[in-house]
Amino acid sequence: MTAHTISYQESTARERLQRLFDAGSFEEFLPPSERVVSPHLGQLNAPVAFDDGVAVGRARLHGVQVYTAAQEGGFMGGAVGEVHGAKLVGLLRRAVLDRVAAVVLLVESGGVRLHEANAGLIAVSEVMRALLDARAAGVPVVVLVGGANGAFGGMGIVARCANVVIMSEEGRLAMSGPEVIETASGVEEFDSRDRALVWRTTGGKHRYLLGDCQQIVADDMTAFRAAAHAAVTELSTASAALTLDALTAEQQLLEQRLARFGAMSEPVDIWTALDVPDAANLPMLGADEFIAVAATHRLGV
Amino acid sequence: METLNYRFEHGTRRLQSSPQVVGVVGSGNLEVLIEPAALNGACTIAITTAAVGFGPIWQAVMRDFHGRWLLADTRISINDMGATPAVVSLRLDQAVQTMLGDAS
Repeated sequence: MTAHTISYQESTARERLQRLFDAGSFEEFLPPSERVVSPHLGQLNAPVAFDDGVAVGRARLHGVQVYTAAQEGGFMGGAVGEVHGAKLVGLLRRAVLDRVAAVVLLVESGGVRLHEANAGLIAVSEVMRALLDARAAGVPVVVLVGGANGAFGGMGIVARCANVVIMSEEGRLAMSGPEVIETASGVEEFDSRDRALVWRTTGGKHRYLLGDCQQIVADDMTAFRAAAHAAVTELSTASAALTLDALTAEQQLLEQRLARFGAMSEPVDIWTALDVPDAANLPMLGADEFIAVAATHRLGV
Repeated sequence: METLNYRFEHGTRRLQSSPQVVGVVGSGNLEVLIEPAALNGACTIAITTAAVGFGPIWQAVMRDFHGRWLLADTRISINDMGATPAVVSLRLDQAVQTMLGDAS
């Protein structure tokens, strides 16, 4: 860690927008002063946020105009309510209308905001649809996952709908969160307080090895910025649409994963099965060391 | 939830910037939205807080804040989730400094 490193994880959503994109270039749609807040939380006597936990707008990345959204994990774990989801949907639809180079989503969310029940569930499914519509219209979507709350539930699915997922080791990506698994299946199945286990199972390194994310970077704003820029540049010459061939290949990859690793309960066993040398030591490696070790062993490349 | 409203007259410092928000509505934290508004020289502060029954403390913290900055024609709106008085003061100062362009 150098003195100039700024942690992505420790930054707020708005700090990330300022630091990830060209200085001063972020221009917000529906800013907090519009006070478009959740219509549900007030009825439940719960606090609201003036931006409903997500900032959406446009910004420049090395001069390239992109549309972007950043979820604030500090507000209800980044959970998606009706307004929060509608802002994401509106952003994605406008990205199609304006034919922008890419949408960069700074995802940090536990998934659906359960307070808002069906409205939240519908909101998340609309985000998925809007994301796939954007891809079909030729607008690629890049997802960054590096916040303390990770990307879980519906937002985990949204992340995997994107063209590219960029994670840090500290970032987490999964469907059910650790506490949810423990509550539903018991502590013998999954001990949510075993933090090393949680990160081995859902963290960036495991996702990178299994092919669920395409890039892994250090927890550093500069590294995320560089990776996001590289991804947007690379996607500018490729087709953004989700194809049947890509879906079929993904299905085959998942079937192979299930067949090879389905009986294993410990990620280190999976890494060993992937022939990663000294697999038990993987969590101790820095990002660059890890990428070098993982290069010839990761799936889905 | 509890809603509190304060109005301080005879401020001298007007802010020109576009509206700014600082802080996050998380446990022990708050967000402060600050914006210029035509209020006949007054500064208004509207607070929505999850911690009920702390009106006198809010009043003291707001009075101190107004004494520090003497804002005029400024509307401040707060969503609070149980921030301590010190945190509230720091966030309010951060909000003003952001408007003045000298927050880092």
